[in-house]
Amino acid sequence: MSAARRCGPPRALTGLFVWHLPKPAVRQMPCKFMHCCGVVNKRWITFQHLNFLKRMYVTQYNKDLSQQAKPKSDPVAPPFLEKKHLGQEKTVIREIRPVSPLHPPSSETLNRNEFKAVNSAAVVEDLATAVGAESKEEKQWKEMKLQLDDLPGILARLSKIKLTALVVSTASAGFAMAPVPFDLTCFLLTSIGTGLASCAANSINQFFEVPFDSNMNRTKNRPLVRGQISPLLAVSFAASCAVPGIALLTLGVNPLTGALGAFNIFLYTCCYTPMKRMSIINTWVGAVVGAIPPIMGWTAATGSLDAGALLLGGILYSWQFPHFNALSWGLREDYSRGGYCMMSVTHPAMCRRVALRHCLALIGLSTVAPILDVTTWNFPLISLPINLYISYLGFRFYRDADRSSSRKLFFCSLWHLPMLLLLMLTCKKSLLEKEDKSELFS
Amino acid sequence: MAEAAAAAVRAGRRVRHVCSGTRRCFSRAGGGAGLLAAERGREPESRASSFCPPAHSCNDWIGPPDSQSNLRPIVFHIPKNESPLGRRLREFRQETQVWNQQFWASQNVSFRKGKEEFIYSRLKAKGLEMKGETGQKVTLSAEEMADFYKDFLSKNFKKHMCYNREWYKRNFTITFLMGQVAFERAWRRLGWKKTKVGN
Repeated sequence: MSAARRCGPPRALTGLFVWHLPKPAVRQMPCKFMHCCGVVNKRWITFQHLNFLKRMYVTQYNKDLSQQAKPKSDPVAPPFLEKKHLGQEKTVIREIRPVSPLHPPSSETLNRNEFKAVNSAAVVEDLATAVGAESKEEKQWKEMKLQLDDLPGILARLSKIKLTALVVSTASAGFAMAPVPFDLTCFLLTSIGTGLASCAANSINQFFEVPFDSNMNRTKNRPLVRGQISPLLAVSFAASCAVPGIALLTLGVNPLTGALGAFNIFLYTCCYTPMKRMSIINTWVGAVVGAIPPIMGWTAATGSLDAGALLLGGILYSWQFPHFNALSWGLREDYSRGGYCMMSVTHPAMCRRVALRHCLALIGLSTVAPILDVTTWNFPLISLPINLYISYLGFRFYRDADRSSSRKLFFCSLWHLPMLLLLMLTCKKSLLEKEDKSELFS
Repeated sequence: MAEAAAAAVRAGRRVRHVCSGTRRCFSRAGGGAGLLAAERGREPESRASSFCPPAHSCNDWIGPPDSQSNLRPIVFHIPKNESPLGRRLREFRQETQVWNQQFWASQNVSFRKGKEEFIYSRLKAKGLEMKGETGQKVTLSAEEMADFYKDFLSKNFKKHMCYNREWYKRNFTITFLMGQVAFERAWRRLGWKKTKVGN
């Protein structure tokens, strides 16, 4: 590489190539290269030729990377790297696939014919890779035509079907915990109505958040972001879920449940979703949104808003905090870039404190359950191990404040809630016991 | 090898020929309706301008996420019998797309720049270099970056408030216009059916 030190121009030209990162550079490369070949000094051409190909691969590598939407892997060369010495780019090149087989530059022995062959092969390869890259990009373009076969899958993702299933199961738990004889028809109507209301709310949420979802790793593959469904269709779907859902709850179950369902849709779409970008209070509003479904289940069974309903709502409300705060801890970069106001970004200490506080509150609420005649006294005892475990993880998260403790807490919350509700169901105060008690006191 | 190159060049020429033939049928998101295929060389920063949908397609086409804004560009189809309402919708969607692209591209670029500067200043304060001994770029942990995230969010808060308001307005307008256009099309189809039945 002594040729490099001797000649000024190659370094300057290669410096030029470094700045040509956007894609037109790929097409321009063959032209510039042809121009370079016109230079007289054979030795200089050889070095330039190799150096040029180095640039080609670096650009290619960067171009491939730049296709990815992941903000974490840095596609564009960050401003600070560009100022560094060019020699450092050699280390980058070693990481990429090896340069295509070329005759090593023993410039004294290389005669003109061999050089020309190498030259044309390189040009063809450059053109082929340029066209290949372009067609690869063209393949990524999709026609925005709704495929009826894909529609069920698309709608499932639009309505966040897994989350909806979880919401319906909490409503079912509320229904099952209510101290009334179990009515299967009412139960099914409540479940379907709640499910439809949840689908509607989730669809509207996605409809509002398209550009924000595009910029976050977790949400960038949603149907509206990918253009698999039009906004009009998403809104129509939401309306066609909300209207029958609320009607089913109001007319098929009772007006109170219907009103709660409608209120929850409003709270989620018109309060929580916009508030996510305005104030950290959104987390508390979101916790209320999560607490309403079990209350709906209870009111569907009993027709009235009892203390038991509020207790169940309280348990779900408290559970939201360790669940969401732990989740949001790992998403701080995306939230900050996307403009979301979350405790984990703006008030990290409070975020962890609140999570721990509500883990402990779960223990307290579990103890209140038998007092309100919702469960027997077995419930606080058998739920103590899992409540203590989540509190312990909450404490670790509070103290350590790192990614691993936040992940542990989040994953624990995922199994903790179904387990708690199951234990609650097994410890439900039976109706017979209640009747005996009331007879005793009368 | 030479044949492959020639074939590739021919393929490239064919694509361009299709584009010039259908230049009236698709509009680019380069801002403004009817940006001709011939002009695509003038707008390298808009990825949409380098793509040309096939001639027979009657739908919009959506591309891969943009490297800077992470938004997917759409190339809008111009139907032959486009109504004034349809044209208004398409132009508004194009305008919104450009506006969105500008906002998020600048947002993401400023985030990346700010992040790099923050890392640089923190490492300098610690007395470390940007690249470690192994040649790998040195990064800060999420906990150390937390100050930057908080700062960036609060600095851009007002900007986001304005953007949010504008985005909600545009989103509602686009959806409402889409509804109107869909209704108009259904009405037209119903009208034609009636005249057919009448004849």
